[in-house]
Amino acid sequence: MKAIMMVFIGFIFGLGLIISGMTNPAKVINFLTYGNQWDASLIIVMAVAMLIMMLTWLWVAKKEKPLISGTFNLSDLKKVDSRLIIGSVLFGLGWGLSGICPGPGLVQLVSLKMEFLLFFAAVLGGMWLAKKV
Amino acid sequence: MVTEFTPVSAAIGGALIGIACTLLLVLYGKIAGISGIVKSVFAKANSGSRWQLYFILGLLLAGVAVRVFAPSLLEGELQLPPWLIIVAGLLVGAGTTLANGCTSGHGVCGMSRFSTRSWVATCTFMLVAFITANLVG
Repeated sequence: MKAIMMVFIGFIFGLGLIISGMTNPAKVINFLTYGNQWDASLIIVMAVAMLIMMLTWLWVAKKEKPLISGTFNLSDLKKVDSRLIIGSVLFGLGWGLSGICPGPGLVQLVSLKMEFLLFFAAVLGGMWLAKKV
Repeated sequence: MVTEFTPVSAAIGGALIGIACTLLLVLYGKIAGISGIVKSVFAKANSGSRWQLYFILGLLLAGVAVRVFAPSLLEGELQLPPWLIIVAGLLVGAGTTLANGCTSGHGVCGMSRFSTRSWVATCTFMLVAFITANLVG
């Protein structure tokens, strides 16, 4: 049952990425680039998703545990350290270059285009390298 | 490549993303952070539950379904030479691992919770991405 629910939730998330247009690197790049081709769609995607999640967090704050199973196993990290900053700078460089973040990168694997396969393989390589540090 | 501002589909897509994050959190207490999910499936043998694998399966199934029924929605290409694609991918993988999150985990789930780390991370990668895209583009 849990497996089916997880597939379902992943499916909704993936559908959201695709419908929002965020799986198209050009839309992300046109958001990130100043000029007369500016495409503000990404802001709407983030704002709507965040708004829903703000309401969700208000609800979660009043609950002891999740409705089906598990516990709220949430990050209690507070410290802003150099790993966080350096990591975010590196991610920003890669995202600004390509217009692809991990979610869309994963969804675009189904296009079977060489460029997306190469990108995702490199993402895995980067994860592996970072864990050696 | 010129793209249109598409507020309606952006809002619908954003709502679906928000709903998926909500379901994962409210039903199972988990955070929909894609970089963390990818890492746990591909980069380490995670004992215990394998919910991440099923989540990724669902994500890929969404891609397959759209490719079959509405392929025009899944357009998009990386207009970069292969070596830059590799560099960008390495940066995304290493960066999200060090920062413990990406656009979904820090951006959507963390900022909405008013996590300081997530705000610092998101503002940093947004700013760097703006500068990078403008310098390269």
